[in-house]
Amino acid sequence: MDVNLIFKIAAIGMITAILHIVLEKSGKQEYAYLLTLVGVIIVLGVVINLVSNLFNDVRVLFRLY
Amino acid sequence: MEIFQIVGIGLVATILIVIVKQTRPEFAILISIAAGVIIFSMMLSKIVYVIDTISSLSSRADVNITYFNTILKIIGMAYIVEFASQISRDAGQDSIAMKIELGGKILIMVLAIPILLALMDLIIKILP
Repeated sequence: MDVNLIFKIAAIGMITAILHIVLEKSGKQEYAYLLTLVGVIIVLGVVINLVSNLFNDVRVLFRLY
Repeated sequence: MEIFQIVGIGLVATILIVIVKQTRPEFAILISIAAGVIIFSMMLSKIVYVIDTISSLSSRADVNITYFNTILKIIGMAYIVEFASQISRDAGQDSIAMKIELGGKILIMVLAIPILLALMDLIIKILP
């Protein structure tokens, strides 16, 4: 497992926050909302894979079939 | 030493969560999930060693293998339930956390019923 994933998620979060502020200042609230949604969905895709790997490992380890 | 890796990951994740949480709280939850999964994955190989040792001990002590498997399953379910309910509680959703814990408790009770029945059989056998 690599720790880089945590940094990547934090970087995506900060970039979305900055772009959200920029879009909001220029009066494009709907694009700002969409941007947040897309960012969350992208990161959620990565994290869901991670959690599914964890569940598979726990299932094999603790014999939960 | 892996303990330094774990402590480092925990501290770095905490700092990043505190930074991100002010503007985007939804990413803070995702970072905490990722950190928890990474730390647990690092511990999996150690848990395999412990479980193998307990398994060989229980087979040497001639304990029924189904009881050992049930206990193992209960430990795994308890860990998963705890993981999910802590994340929900961190995100401020206490009611969802309570429901997850309720589901985990009921499923663990269902798993424990065969052991309870065996205990009851034993008690009835002992009673005159």
